[in-house]
Amino acid sequence: MDKKLPSAIMKSAKALFNVLPLLVGVILLVGLTHTLMPKSFYFSTNVVLDSIIGSGLGSVLAGNPLTSYVLGGELLKRGISLVAVTSFLVAWVTVGLVQLPAEAIMLGKKFAILRNVFSFAFSMLVAMITVFVLGLL
Amino acid sequence: MKKTEKSYVGWYFLVIVIVLYVIIGLLKIEVLLPSLRFSFKIIKNIVPVFVVIFALLVAFDLFASPYSVRKYLGKSSGFRRWLIAIGGGIISTGPIYMWYPLLKELKKQGIQYGFIATFLYNRAIKLPLIPMMIVYFGLKYTLVLAMVMITISVIQGIIFEKIEGGGFL
Repeated sequence: MDKKLPSAIMKSAKALFNVLPLLVGVILLVGLTHTLMPKSFYFSTNVVLDSIIGSGLGSVLAGNPLTSYVLGGELLKRGISLVAVTSFLVAWVTVGLVQLPAEAIMLGKKFAILRNVFSFAFSMLVAMITVFVLGLL
Repeated sequence: MKKTEKSYVGWYFLVIVIVLYVIIGLLKIEVLLPSLRFSFKIIKNIVPVFVVIFALLVAFDLFASPYSVRKYLGKSSGFRRWLIAIGGGIISTGPIYMWYPLLKELKKQGIQYGFIATFLYNRAIKLPLIPMMIVYFGLKYTLVLAMVMITISVIQGIIFEKIEGGGFL
């Protein structure tokens, strides 16, 4: 434990430090879009279309989920539907296009492709169920 | 290799955004200050959460390395195996590529793809990052989302078991 603690602290500090440039970049970009773009610019008013766009963006973008929380949170404040933001958050962490080649090599091509396809579809389903359940509570 | 590439991508992205600020500043200087003020407001909101996240990351790194989680994976059957896949996925930390060799080894030992799919899906629920999610989306949303994702992860696992059973994988 005594030996593991400094290593754990270093690893965690490094992990957070690695997130910083992307996170700060995203926050600066959010600041800029907040000032420059009108609210109506973002997404549509169609829940299904919004969730497809959200899942699509979340699948292509990669990085620490912290960045997606900040981005998703700010999008929500700008009036984007909760379904779109949720599908974006879920796809960000469950669909791994960047890791797909490594996953295919280690766990099999068919499995990796199918898993990502299912995760993409499920990100929209998760978003719709979550918002539906929240509406009931 | 991936790790280095990832960290550089972040820096490149930051540089591009700064260059964008400079260009927009030259064209429309009045936009800069409100944009920076808004960005600073976001940073101010999330800095305290970073302290909590750091403490949780340290704790999880100490107790949930691939080595320590390994002994629980692949040892059970029935309903318990789903619980282990869920729990293992949730507490697993670090980049995903650190876990591929272990999952590959477990696959060779006879673990089904359904278990792996459920494990990987639950890696999306990051306990150390939950404070940040609560700050942005609230406790109720965070809990409901986690519950729905856990349920879907098992459904995905069952689907993969069926597919594997059908000889497709």
